[in-house]
Parts: sequence; structure tokens; C-alpha cells
Amino acid sequence: MLEIRNLHAGVDGVEILNGVNLSVNAGEVHAIMGPNGSGKSTLAQVLAGHPTYEITQGTVSFEGQDLLEMGPDERAIAGLFLAFQYPVEIRGITNGYFLQSAMNSIRKARGQEELDTLDFAELLEEKLKEIGWDDSLIHRAVNEGFSGGEKKRNEILQLAVLEPKLAVLDETDSGLDIDAVRSVAEAVNRFRSDERAFVVVTHYQRILDYLTPDHVHVLSKGQVAKSGGKELALELEAKGYDWLREEAPVG
Amino acid sequence: MTKKRTPVAPDHYTQAFEQFVSNGAAQAPAWLRDTRASAIQRFADRGFPTTRQEEWRFTDVKPILRHGFVMASANDGRVTANDVRVHSIDPSIPSVVMVNGVFEPSLSEPAEGAGLSVMSLEQAVRESEELVRPHLMQHAQDATNPFVSLNAAFLQDGVFLHVKPQGAGAPIQLLHVFAADEGIPKVAHPRVLILVEAGASATVVEHYVTVGAGTTWTNGVTELVVRENARLDTYRIQDESVDAYHTASTWSWQERDSRLSNLVFGFGGAITRHDIVSELDGEGAESTLNGLSVLSGRQHVDYHTALDHAKPHCSSWEYFNGVFDDRARGVFNGRIKVRPGAQKTDAKQTNNNLLLSPLARADSQPQLEIYADDVKCTHGATLGPIDEAHLFYMQSRGLSREHAKLLLTYGFASEILNGVTLEPLRDHLDRKVRGRLQGEGEL
Repeated sequence: MLEIRNLHAGVDGVEILNGVNLSVNAGEVHAIMGPNGSGKSTLAQVLAGHPTYEITQGTVSFEGQDLLEMGPDERAIAGLFLAFQYPVEIRGITNGYFLQSAMNSIRKARGQEELDTLDFAELLEEKLKEIGWDDSLIHRAVNEGFSGGEKKRNEILQLAVLEPKLAVLDETDSGLDIDAVRSVAEAVNRFRSDERAFVVVTHYQRILDYLTPDHVHVLSKGQVAKSGGKELALELEAKGYDWLREEAPVG
Repeated sequence: MTKKRTPVAPDHYTQAFEQFVSNGAAQAPAWLRDTRASAIQRFADRGFPTTRQEEWRFTDVKPILRHGFVMASANDGRVTANDVRVHSIDPSIPSVVMVNGVFEPSLSEPAEGAGLSVMSLEQAVRESEELVRPHLMQHAQDATNPFVSLNAAFLQDGVFLHVKPQGAGAPIQLLHVFAADEGIPKVAHPRVLILVEAGASATVVEHYVTVGAGTTWTNGVTELVVRENARLDTYRIQDESVDAYHTASTWSWQERDSRLSNLVFGFGGAITRHDIVSELDGEGAESTLNGLSVLSGRQHVDYHTALDHAKPHCSSWEYFNGVFDDRARGVFNGRIKVRPGAQKTDAKQTNNNLLLSPLARADSQPQLEIYADDVKCTHGATLGPIDEAHLFYMQSRGLSREHAKLLLTYGFASEILNGVTLEPLRDHLDRKVRGRLQGEGEL
């Protein structure tokens, strides 16, 4: 589904990603871990098409398409979703209206029929029921005045509604208490399927207690320094990241 | 090629005043004649403002002075019931119609509500002098704005809205129609006086529109009096043609425990200058002043606002948003004045400006004058293009860049629209805003 080869990217001539290689297949959950400054969030933003980052080398293909040639909206239409580490606050637009606009924009681009307000409300209600959340966030302006936990939950709700093929979660667990982490992880688990893949970028191991990953990768200095199964996350939890610096990057 | 015109001297208007006085305006009572005479004298002494004056630094009125405006007369039948229907906000809100500043009973609907009366100002001066005289031209000051003097000099008619003590009025629309005259630049001086007596409440929409083509200049003054424990919700919509000139002042005066909400919307006008002054002159009074402008082309708007806290324990909230596209320009000057002894004042001011084009411009100037020590006053201003981080977020959800811009701009406008509690009016304004923004896609 996602094929990243020798990806180099940076800002203002400073290279942050230094040759990342990663393959993600449908149905898999990949965890990307690593110390601060290792390039985890940059990788997530680059995948979503953030305009700040300059791609200097390498390729990314998504479902056989050249991802790097696509605009951020085209990537969403193709089925990519980024749950932001810091979702922005948008004044004046309710969450419900925003979600309906986003969903219809994607449906229209895919040649599907757009949903009217009533149909959309029904779908939204269904999704909320599925995750077990109430509709208190729906009628408020997008993320405006939301707590940290509410913002992260809102990202997951968007994921649930937009039903992407590949969801990249950028430190969705950061700053959340353990109950909130569990609630977010359980919601994500509900949307795991054979057709859908997840890339979970995280600084901490604890979300992986609830979201059992198929693969764990450690990013260091802009490269995948080590890959393994879920036991690698436990090893990192126990030993920290320092020992990795001694090992040569894989690739 | 455009002809260079020499600016019209103030003499043009003092001469017009002589004509006005000899043309039947002399029937007015002596006190009104005296007021007019001293107003034209003050205007003649000072003339038109120039950009060398601090209060007029960003708004050059020279384009207005290039025309030899002639005073527009009352409706000669050109404004019809159909025009009123087309421009009316909603059939559920009765319209009281002024044509060129003159009350037009044949096009007006009766007001509804216990103790609410609406009549022409000319009639009110004759029949209710005891109500009108203590307020008419008593609140609006002309110290920094000679256009107020000019309005007072030509005061003959307008509308007087009165709510008796403890009375309540159903929402009403004061529809100011300017009947433009092709070939002859016309000026009108609409005047509104709203008096809400103790414990009473009213909701009033002032709506300014243009019918026909031609150069027009509206020079209006509105005075609002909200007495003890009364409540007034006013909305003002400037939806004249984009070529119109519009100078206006709104002065409100509030007594103890009164509530005033004034929401101002600007869509029309080539040059608009609107001074809004709210005097909180009784303990516990509250004033809300919100505004939204959505301008494009070469439109220019200048809001000069002042919240004057004269007594302790008063609160004011001011929130102005401006959307400027093409070469449009917005000026916002927000003064908060806390007089000596006005302790426990709570005043908050916000002005945000969205610039949709690199050639659009906004100037924002807060001015705090605080002469009391136990007060809370805050102000903040923003200006700039749409935030790229917001655009990226929305694009990452599948919205095109253009659609995201449109939605963000609409959301920015909605901050003010959402404050409109009169449902049919909110729908009207929502359609208006969508219509103005929808050039590049659908919302």
C-alpha cells in the first residue's frame, strides 16, 4: 500500500529525513518510535504533503500512485489520513459542517453522490455510536477551546467518518492521561481491518499496549535505525533510546 | 479619460442651506431652526475634514467633494412597493420606509407591540416635542465630525421610534431607500431617533439600500437612548450600491442597568465612514458592539468607534471582523474611554482583519484612555492573509485549497453572523455573505 524509498526531506536546507525506507501493507499496523528530533513527526507531515518540507531525494508510492506529486487534498481523496499532533483551531465553523464539507468533497472527487445534511447526520450518529462517544464536540467550532484530549478525540472522529485506507497518527497519545489513551486506542482498534493500514507515530510505548502493532520501527537521525516486532517496543521502554546510537542503521 | 474636478467648497452646502431654509423648512419650531442655523455655522467654520486631521488620517473624503451634490427630495413615486419587497429582509419583519431620508407612510407597515410607536420625525417634532426635544441632536456630537453638523443643518424629517415605559416592540425594520438620480449627484441626510423608556425593550434593524443608478451620498445620524433597565437590540446593514458614498454616525446613550446590542454590517459603499459612540452613563449598563465588513474592488470602510465608560460597573464588548479582497481597505479605530471614578469597568475589544488579496489593506488602531485604577480593559487586533496552517489542515481532509479558503473566510464572517439572534435576519445576512464570497466556488 505504502512504499517509502530512500526519502530525504528538510526545511530551509537542513535535512531532517536522511534516507527513510518503509513498506506498509494493507491490514498492518506499524509503530514508528524514536527520540525527540529523530524525524518522526516530519515523516508524518511529509506523507500528508505539508508545504513547509522540501523533498530532496527518494520516492513514496501509495496504492501505486506517486504520492509526492499529489497535493494534500489529493492525498486525502486517494485515502490517506493524518491525525495531527497539534490540530488547529478553526473559528466560526462547526465540527459537523466541516466534516460534512470534507466528506462531500472527497465523495465528489471519487464520483460518489454527496450526502445531504440529514443523511450525514445519520452517518455521524452511527459512527459516534460505534466508538461510544457522545455528540458534544459536533456543534462546537472546529477544535476551538477544545482540551488537548478533545482535540485528539476529534482527530479520531474525523478518521472514523472519512474512512481512509491509510491512517497516520502523529503522536495522538502525547499529552493524554492513560484513560484518554485507552479511549483513543480502542476507537482506532474498531477501525482496524484487512483493507486499512495504520502508521502510529509515538514517543511512548504505552499506547502500543492497546494497539498491538505488527511492526515497530525506530527512527534515529532521520533514518530507520531498527525494525522489529512488538517486542521491540518493550525493549525500547526498558532500555531507552541511547543504546541505538551504537548500532548501524538498517536499510 | 476622467475629468479632473475641483473639490466643491463648503459654500456649496451653505448656499444649499439658504435654499433649504426658504423652501418650507422654515415651518419648523424656533428651537429646531436655531439648532440648524448654529449647525450650518459650525460646518461653515470648519469645512470638510482632511487627512491632516488625526481622526481622518486614513479616510480621504476628497472623492465625495468632487461632486456638487443636490439634496434629494421625498419619494416622487419612483420607489414602489415592489422595491420595498425586494429589499426587505423578511416579510415577517414589518418595514418602515424612508425614501431619501423622508418618512414614506404609503410604503410603511404599522409597527407591532405594546407601547411601540413609530412616526415621522417631522410629525414627532410637532406632536411630541416633550419626548423628542430632550434627545434630538443632544447626544450626537460634531466636535471631530463636521458631517454630523451638516446632517443637523438639513434636519427636516426622519424617523422617531418610541417604546413606552415597560413596553415591548416586535422586531421592526427601518428601510432607508436612496432613490438615485442618473446624471445628478444626490445627497440625503437621514436621521433616526430611538427612545426606549425605562424597563422597555425593542429590536430594530436599520437597513440602507439604493434603488436606481447614479451618484449618491448618504449622510446619516442615528441617536439611541436606552433608559434605566431597558433593552435595545439594533442591527445596521449598509447594503447600498458599491458606488455609494456613506458617512454616518451612531450615538447611543445608556442609563443605569440598560442593555444595548448594536451589530453593524457593511457590504456596500465606495467610501464608508461610520462613527459609533456608545456612552455608558449609568451603573451596571452593558453594551455590545459587533461589526462585520465584507468588501472587494476598491471599496473603503472606516469605523471609528468609542465606548465611553462614564459610570462604574459597566461592561462593554466590542468585536469587529473585516474581510477585504482585491484593493479593498478597512480602517478600524477603537477607543475605550474610562472616566474618573468609573471603577470596575470591564471592557473588551477585538478587531480581526482578513486580507484575501496582496493589495487589500487594513489599519487597526486601538486607543485606550483610562482614568480609573480598578478596571479591566483588553484589546487585540490581527490582520493578514488566511493562515497556511489552517489551509493545510483543511486540505488534508480532502478540501481543495480554494474551497478551504472559502470555508475559512465564511467561518471568520460567521463569528459575527452567529451573534445575530433575530433568525430571519441571520438567514438574510448569511445569504448575503455567502453571495459575496462565493465567487470562487460553492459553500
